[in-house]
Amino acid sequence: MTSLHSKIPAGPLAEKWTSYKWTQNLVNPANKRKLDIIVVGTGLAGASAAASFGELGFKVKAFCIHDSPRRAHSIAAQGGINATKNYKNDGDSVYRLFYDTIKGGDYRSREANVYRLAEVSGPIIDQCVAQGVPFAREYGGLLDNRSFGGALVSRTFYARGQTGQQLLLGAYGALCKEVNKGSVTMYTRREMMDLVIVDGRARGIIVRNTLTGELERHSAHAVLLATGGYGNVFFLSTMAMNSNGSAAWQCYKKGAYFGNPCFTQIHPTCIPVHGDYQSKLTLMSESLRNDGRIWVPKKAEDAEKIRMGTLRPTEIPDDNRDYYLERRYPAFGNLVPRDVASRAAKERCDAGFGVGSTGLAVYLDFEDAINRLGRNAIEAKYGNLFQMYEKIVDENPYNTPMMIFPAVHYIMGGLWVDYELQTTIPGLFAAGEANFSDHGANRLGASALMQGLSDGYFILPYTIQNYLADQIGVPRFKTDLPEFEKAERDVFDRIQRLLSIKGHRTVDSIHKELGHIMWNHVGMGRNGEGLAKAIELIRNLREEFWKEVKVPGKATDVNIELEKAIRLADYLEIGELMARDALHREESCGGHFREEYQTPEGEALRNDQDFAYVAAWEYTGYGKEPELHKEHIEFENIEVKQRNYKTS
Amino acid sequence: MIKNNNNKSMDLTLKIWRQENAQARGRFETYKVTGISPDCSFLEMLDILNEKLVMEGVEPVAFDHDCREGICGACSLYINGRPHGPDHGITTCQLHMRKFKDGDTIIIEPWRAKAFPVIKDLMVDRSAFDRIIQVGGYISVNTGAAPDANSIPVSKENADSSMDAAACIGCGACVAACKNASAMLFISAKVSQLALLPQGRPEAARRVQIMVSKMDELGFGNCTNTYACEAECPKEIKVTNIARMNREFFSAKVCGEKKK
Repeated sequence: MTSLHSKIPAGPLAEKWTSYKWTQNLVNPANKRKLDIIVVGTGLAGASAAASFGELGFKVKAFCIHDSPRRAHSIAAQGGINATKNYKNDGDSVYRLFYDTIKGGDYRSREANVYRLAEVSGPIIDQCVAQGVPFAREYGGLLDNRSFGGALVSRTFYARGQTGQQLLLGAYGALCKEVNKGSVTMYTRREMMDLVIVDGRARGIIVRNTLTGELERHSAHAVLLATGGYGNVFFLSTMAMNSNGSAAWQCYKKGAYFGNPCFTQIHPTCIPVHGDYQSKLTLMSESLRNDGRIWVPKKAEDAEKIRMGTLRPTEIPDDNRDYYLERRYPAFGNLVPRDVASRAAKERCDAGFGVGSTGLAVYLDFEDAINRLGRNAIEAKYGNLFQMYEKIVDENPYNTPMMIFPAVHYIMGGLWVDYELQTTIPGLFAAGEANFSDHGANRLGASALMQGLSDGYFILPYTIQNYLADQIGVPRFKTDLPEFEKAERDVFDRIQRLLSIKGHRTVDSIHKELGHIMWNHVGMGRNGEGLAKAIELIRNLREEFWKEVKVPGKATDVNIELEKAIRLADYLEIGELMARDALHREESCGGHFREEYQTPEGEALRNDQDFAYVAAWEYTGYGKEPELHKEHIEFENIEVKQRNYKTS
Repeated sequence: MIKNNNNKSMDLTLKIWRQENAQARGRFETYKVTGISPDCSFLEMLDILNEKLVMEGVEPVAFDHDCREGICGACSLYINGRPHGPDHGITTCQLHMRKFKDGDTIIIEPWRAKAFPVIKDLMVDRSAFDRIIQVGGYISVNTGAAPDANSIPVSKENADSSMDAAACIGCGACVAACKNASAMLFISAKVSQLALLPQGRPEAARRVQIMVSKMDELGFGNCTNTYACEAECPKEIKVTNIARMNREFFSAKVCGEKKK
């Protein structure tokens, strides 16, 4: 049994990372050449880590499911990346970013991790600028910033509405540089199917070549998982179609603990759902809340008329509009954190004030900003987002307010990792969205890019050496070991089983059904009864899947239905663990809102007495109840209190 | 929710290129889809077709796609003779069925270029783009070696032009649109992005030469100024980038700067 040891260094908060680096073990350059590292996933975290490992001299094998590392879903992040440069002279500091992130995460993340994240945020910006990331600049030639939710300072660096794209292309460039140098070997169109453990350590992976269907074995001295989040368990989310949780889930089934699986971020500003054929949801960047004002009609009869199509939003006078975020949260207004903004939208829609033909939408209005700054200024800031909206909705947001509604966007939960980003399996590390660390129960905007790059550029290159230092005597592994043999055989059997069912339901039809269960019971509002029901429904659906799914084609070819079926089989297990975790956590915190636990004003009501811990789940076998381990979270530097965005 | 198009629906005939693998001979197959909402995206329409095909026991049509919001560059498709279809400045995943009419016949093909061989149906191999970037489409800076971000001022104008070029998503529409299957717009976008920034200058001469020679080696054609690439680029990357690349290329040659 592995015990949960977070390995947080001793000493004052501000000196922990420095003292870790001072005392850690390093690997000398000649030995680095003899050590192999597998990196699965080449988004921001994976690409930055793989490139940095390569620069250090390790031999790296990097894997991605796409045809090119440049397509990872980090590319879709729009708004920006936080860093404590304090270029605006508005009072930012490492401590303030640390504080905002802990508070934003509703006091469910580790102080030491978050402080380190804030510490390395500045060097990330330096690194990206040196790589040629074209961040927005002021006329004087220096970098510009904007504001994001949950902060009172402007610390978000951005490249128009395409910050994720530009940062990913920077990391991709660094990765390409190392591929060219020969230190990184890139394997594209490979999907990780299993983790191989030899003598208790992660020593390799089994991947499926999605073009040929061939199963391949790869070995290494350490494995880094940077495979993103599992938000597509909801079917509809802002994740890319190929984003999936399978690699992390296979690691869980091999013994890695899963941390806080129920912590899901529902982003407040997405384009609303519009039809049952819909395949995904599109985010409208949080940066829009810098200038857009969110409202619904004050009078229920106006909302009714809008839903019927007999009244237009522009015909409602200002007095009859309810700018509910400004009303409820005067200090932060439209820039409250995402969980708060999402719940407030749901509350208004549930109360009958929602707009759009379904009543499941609120307005994000730029009229004031256009009057104040002019249309050109708004276009310069948000032009590509407005265009994206218009293409989807067929309405011009310059003339009529945008309609938005919350949607699943990010998963704070993930593989449990210690301070070194190592999972409970020695030699298996997890980075970026795939791990659970840093964001607690709610992630602040523009912090995902920061975390992915901090893990990859500035944390793992140190911590992985501390692990590898005692592996220098271990020769390169052959993949004909029985452990590899068995893992490959298991994967092969799983695939054959899926192909042999030949049932009557498509993968997507079952996935949509799972999505409905998750959204209705494990979504924005959760309660004990609904969660218990969800577990039962998911189990039944899982049974149906294994009896009724229809997967045409062969295993030895491009087979998209098979890829989807493999992922869905895992989602049908992930969903249950999420519901179970949500059911056991009898409190509300961040994105986890249990309807039974709220303040009289409808705010999340934490229970620090009983739940100030990370829930780390251990797999005990198929269909068996997982075992809960608790890592208690200590706060030595921050006073824990109820989150308040009403006053500063 | 979205503009009230829900009561209208479309019946369409699709002529889709089917090809089992790179070696097999391809052919057009005709399919019908019915009851398509104008608010449906083009790829969602193909999802509906594929659901139908799966239930009929026919292998679904393979096509590349991922983010479905116009940024990852995975989707492609030559639709009625145009890369990314009839609308301007968008990718196929951002194309909506309201751009078509009930009863239309839509012809769907893969990108066609020697350097982008077909993998299956509508999927093509665009790894040649990665190989071009790998030889030098970056600034060689190791992690941790960077000076403070504000120690390198960049004029707003140059930063904006650099960003205009950097918006390229590497989808390959420029190659598909070009009668010579040239990758000049793609390469010039990367060359321009980096050449416009002071950080990119030290390697500028080497970069442009090595990327262009890699492009030639991989079987892409050359530019004959038809501007089809600019017309079809979903990110509206300008051909002025090609002019900038040519200037960089000539000056590197004239100054006799070495490739390696």
